[in-house]
Amino acid sequence: MLLAILGLPLLAAALATSTLLLPEPRYARARWPHRALPIVTIVAAACALALATSVALRTAAGARIAAFSGVLSAAPLSALIVLLIALVATTSGVYSWGYMARACAHEPRRLPLYYANFNLFVFSMLAIPLVDEPTLVWIFVELTTLSSALLVSFESTQEALEAAWKYVALSLMGAAIALLGFLLLFAALEAAGSDSFTWQGLLTAAPRMPPALLETAFVLILVGLGTKVGLVPLHTWLPDAHSQAPSPVCALLSGIETTSVLYVILRLLPIMDAASAASMRDWMVGFGLLSVGAAAFLLLQVRDYKRLFAFSTVEHMGIILVAAGLGTRAAHFAALYQILGHTLTKSFCFFAAGAAVLTVTTREIASVRGLLSASPAAAASLLLGGLAIAGAPPLPIFMSELSILRAGLAEGRYLGIALLALFIAVAFFGVMLHINRMVFGAPADGPQAGSSGPALRAGLHASDAASALPLPRTCASMLVIAGALVIAVGLIIPSPLQTLLRLAAAGL
Amino acid sequence: MTSTAVANALESLNALAGGLFLLAAFAMVATRQTLGCLRLFIAQSLLLAASAFLLGLEHHSVHLLGVGVVNLITKPILVPWILGRTLSKEVYARREIDQVLNIPTSLLIALALAVFAYFVTLPVLAAVAAEFRGANVPIGFAALLLGAYTLAVRREAVPMLIGVLAMENGAFFAGIALARNLPLIVELAIASDGLVLVFVTGVLVRAIHRRIGSTRVGGLTTLKEEAAGVTLLQPRVASPGHGSARPTRPEAA
Repeated sequence: MLLAILGLPLLAAALATSTLLLPEPRYARARWPHRALPIVTIVAAACALALATSVALRTAAGARIAAFSGVLSAAPLSALIVLLIALVATTSGVYSWGYMARACAHEPRRLPLYYANFNLFVFSMLAIPLVDEPTLVWIFVELTTLSSALLVSFESTQEALEAAWKYVALSLMGAAIALLGFLLLFAALEAAGSDSFTWQGLLTAAPRMPPALLETAFVLILVGLGTKVGLVPLHTWLPDAHSQAPSPVCALLSGIETTSVLYVILRLLPIMDAASAASMRDWMVGFGLLSVGAAAFLLLQVRDYKRLFAFSTVEHMGIILVAAGLGTRAAHFAALYQILGHTLTKSFCFFAAGAAVLTVTTREIASVRGLLSASPAAAASLLLGGLAIAGAPPLPIFMSELSILRAGLAEGRYLGIALLALFIAVAFFGVMLHINRMVFGAPADGPQAGSSGPALRAGLHASDAASALPLPRTCASMLVIAGALVIAVGLIIPSPLQTLLRLAAAGL
Repeated sequence: MTSTAVANALESLNALAGGLFLLAAFAMVATRQTLGCLRLFIAQSLLLAASAFLLGLEHHSVHLLGVGVVNLITKPILVPWILGRTLSKEVYARREIDQVLNIPTSLLIALALAVFAYFVTLPVLAAVAAEFRGANVPIGFAALLLGAYTLAVRREAVPMLIGVLAMENGAFFAGIALARNLPLIVELAIASDGLVLVFVTGVLVRAIHRRIGSTRVGGLTTLKEEAAGVTLLQPRVASPGHGSARPTRPEAA
């Protein structure tokens, strides 16, 4: 079953790649790739989602699943992450169908490239929580960078290429640093006399590991993988890459990819605790607060609403890190709830941003006014998304942030919690300021020169009034579904999901 | 020759390989030409393979010999081949590179980084068994930091890529001494991942070259928050054209 979760997107990727390799004249006549590839992607992702749900239910009931002679395994925490990845992959796949059809209307030959990379990206992300051996996990983290590189640069504008280059260079640098960390981890395992290099094996051997090795390994992995997660000061690639990519890809990148890499860092925490190197938690709280603060203040000055959401990702990754660093069971539960809420909310925000881009063909905040009259659907989604991601009640982010603040106060960390609350308030103000400017007010004269790609502009200007085109049906339906999920998770969490969260928190 | 004499000879040869490895890393900071960078990377990979062979012979570890063979095939041979296929002119054109800092300053900083690496790895070396100690770990860590430094100060795309590959070389140089029994399958997977890395980055650089006519990625600095048109926080200097005159934020690559 675990193998099937991984195998399906891989098959879809293989199909898309084989389409790319078709010789030119035959390909020019073939129409089926443009229809078939999105459907194949969506079916693969949906089947993976169904399987992931069943895996999650079984782990919530207490089973531990292993496959492929122990290389793949699922525990509550990894089952949660796999479920979230499959969910965002499915919604993003459906959204891509309509969005990319509109965005690539005049150059449909690039679609197979998009879907090949999309499926490869989903495959590598799904492998991260499922694979048990840390160095293989590292390989899949690198693979996510490589498969999303061409997705980020998909629009082929100068800004997109710049963003893709920064992304690739910084992520690969971080991965090389993390590689040394993982090799040190292996050395620590050998020094403890064991040779089963899996997460569970590391946990059992932890009390006998030399703390100096473990601490160096942890710092290297935190810095290296933290570059991919977007921790300040190594976050400089994130606002660029997560805003220049096409919106469904942004939903995947911001919504779940940074979280999957953060999962790898979180997996190290119980190992550090068992080896009694507990001072690492203070590092995490410090780094987390730095990220939240920097992101909150940088948020205020953005000129591009996708960058706004990208900075918000940096902020939330910081909040999750702070919560994980606090150390109590309640704080861990709140951190996982925050992960759940952030994934659903951030993917919805980027779907809304994509709808706005399709309507006004620009990403610049200053040129967008009165979106409510131009496109009520896009405006309402942006408003809901902005409120949700900033942390307005009764939406999930508010609940999880409140839990984190309460858990921190119960621990007695008054200064940290005060700073966290201040930064969250600043970010709330920033997000709502920009969103309100865009949604309300008198409509602008027309789409002014903005920073979106010529591909988007050219394709949409082909028809006369770009904003007169209704949103593609798949985009609109995903907005509704994702929005409903966001509201629902804030109000109730179904009890299997609650059990899953609780078990996962116990594992931290 | 007695076995201890053989072991001592192997260890001395390994120390020599390590010294040359570090020298190659320093030279990568100092060299101006893309082709020179590539050649130094090939030399560094050969030294890594040599060190793996020497350590494998010394400790009778088949894994390390396998690691040496894998490195020998992928890095000196396949990586330049893939780069040549994806970027025909760029790699093999001798091109002058300008860096963020001049070369003497860079070399001083590189020296400081190497010394820092040595001190950071002291507690690590103290924590492991005596047979693991040697020059490999500090040199590997220093090469990692030097590769990161090359990545930070260069402005051309291909040397930056070679900087990343040099970082991985450094991580492996430390790893072959510490993590001796890492399964060979993992080593193979990491090596093939490295090849995919070179391929994808090559495709990206080709797209950049096609778009802006050069591979000087350090000059791409348009994505920032600063300057004109920001109504919320007015800059102190009132005129809007002052954006580019302000000191660059760390956000610029």
